[in-house]
Amino acid sequence: MSFSLQKDKRGVMVVGVDGQLIVGNRQELKQKVLDSLDSGARKFVIDFTKTGYIDSSGLGVLVSLSKKIREQGGDLRLAGLNEDLQTLFELTKLDTLFAIAKTPEEALGAF
Amino acid sequence: MTTPLQLEVRRPAGEFDVVMTLDVPSALEYVGPAVELIARHAPASLSARRVRFNLRTALAEALANAIAYGNRHDTSRVVRVRVEADWQGVRIHVRDDGAGFDPAAVPDPTLPQNLEREVGRGLFVLRHLVDHVAFNAAGNEICLTLRAG
Repeated sequence: MSFSLQKDKRGVMVVGVDGQLIVGNRQELKQKVLDSLDSGARKFVIDFTKTGYIDSSGLGVLVSLSKKIREQGGDLRLAGLNEDLQTLFELTKLDTLFAIAKTPEEALGAF
Repeated sequence: MTTPLQLEVRRPAGEFDVVMTLDVPSALEYVGPAVELIARHAPASLSARRVRFNLRTALAEALANAIAYGNRHDTSRVVRVRVEADWQGVRIHVRDDGAGFDPAAVPDPTLPQNLEREVGRGLFVLRHLVDHVAFNAAGNEICLTLRAG
């Protein structure tokens, strides 16, 4: 499991989540995104194309990051959720809190 | 993570085809490896998709709750996992040494006032991912049932 950060040509930070986002690694993701926010990035896409599962701690860290990014005038979008992960966001009603795109490209195009 | 996880797999004559036991130290970095270890030995009666998502997520929730709220990160304590599998599916027992809790007292995380809270979704998520959830009377052991399919 690992996280990758890449800045696209328009300056949007694309964060890839490889494997899982759970209680054991959520802090690592949080710190990476917050460091990037501190460095001036304001637009973020979290790409779940390669993600197997997310637990409630992972969901919690996304909620927290979304708030912090909004407080700085930025925007966080999610992309690449498979059917199971999409269902997870729907049943927790977090699909109402996040802008969710089918693909990272679609999310990038929406900024 | 310094203590290696040791999964014991037995094929007892009797009620279950396979019984697995695992002691997990009470530190959150063990959750992911413990989940992977058990998922790799999941019975064939569960579909690959249910193992990949439902079993992994539900077990991660149960372990995290037991470590954080049950054993309160006390590394001198372990969380005991027992997995019973047969053709009908799998039952996973997760037990901590804590005082237990009242599952009915956990607030609904989907209410508008709770939606932006960082914590409080674990039990709700868990209930939706497995076929049955049961607690012992003391509230320090949860049993998750995933039926075959």
